[in-house]
Amino acid sequence: MNLTLELADDALILSHRCSEWLTRSPEIELDIAFGNIGLDLLGQARSLYALVGDEDRLAYHRDAPEWRNCTLVELPNGDFAFSMMRLLAFASYECALFRTDPDTDELRAIFAKAAKEAAYHLEHAEAWVLRLGDGTDVSHGRMQDAADAVWPLLTELCSSAPEVEAAVRTQLAAILTAATLTVPTAAAPTQRGEHTPHLAELLGEMQSLAREHEGATW
Amino acid sequence: MVTLADARTRIEAVVDPELPFVTIAELGILRDIAVDGDHVNVTITPTYSGCPAMSAIEEDIRAAMDGIDVSVETVLSPAWTTDWMTTAGKTKLHAAGIAPPTHHAGAIPLTLSVRCPQCGSTRTSEISRFGSTSCKALWRCDDCLEPFDSFKVL
Repeated sequence: MNLTLELADDALILSHRCSEWLTRSPEIELDIAFGNIGLDLLGQARSLYALVGDEDRLAYHRDAPEWRNCTLVELPNGDFAFSMMRLLAFASYECALFRTDPDTDELRAIFAKAAKEAAYHLEHAEAWVLRLGDGTDVSHGRMQDAADAVWPLLTELCSSAPEVEAAVRTQLAAILTAATLTVPTAAAPTQRGEHTPHLAELLGEMQSLAREHEGATW
Repeated sequence: MVTLADARTRIEAVVDPELPFVTIAELGILRDIAVDGDHVNVTITPTYSGCPAMSAIEEDIRAAMDGIDVSVETVLSPAWTTDWMTTAGKTKLHAAGIAPPTHHAGAIPLTLSVRCPQCGSTRTSEISRFGSTSCKALWRCDDCLEPFDSFKVL
């Protein structure tokens, strides 16, 4: 149950962050990409919430301390480099997680479905990390900053399924190296359930309509 | 009293709201129809986890059965694949200017050139891996220069 709720919360919060890129991406194709990826993650979150309880209550009526998402997904979008590096890490984690054999048939069905989507997200993020990492001095510097910011948060990201952490680190290190980036070594003591103030801010926006107009439909 | 044949005729004709020239049967979204007395059970599956068309498809199935008691169940397993699309469905996509899936989905990643649905050229290139809906990518023909949607192999 922990894994289901934690993965659902990760997917929904990152889905919301993806939606914040709409109309702000460097190119219209990237706007569309963020929209599509966010929609896939929203769909994954909904399927997972259905296994835990009422999806509207879970999404709209929990305050920040009750959320089980990791720090990585709640951080603001930052620049395009950070958002792509974060997507790369999350997609790599999902790909590794979806290869594991979960406890129930319901979860197995969600994993099998979402695995194809995560693989596509990973390809997209990898292409941009390679292009920008091995690009200009400016793009390389921004990608390195993004890698340095994301890397310490991997242990917390993988804490719902620690058995996948080694595979995620190996895959990310190979991609960073190919992108001429230095693989960071730093670790951070962040823990699931301990949130930055950014989560409450995100929830304030995401939940406002449902809370102001109880039972609203549209 | 509703017969299975009648339910089939009506439900198999329901079209996809985002691709209204192909039916849910042709896309492989419709998985099963069962009749139990006066009640019809329909099973459908989404193309992508977040496909926003699912609730519209459910409503259209109810409307097609016109007052007959229908329950619609959405299942995720086995996961939908473009391999379930019928030949008729692919032909209709092509006629509507959308390149159908180029090959069978499989464990081995494969990139085949996509044929332009306007002029038939295979000199085409991908503009964007993500397109107007989750199931399509955006391509361009390097001969007739027309942009077009291509159904992603899944």
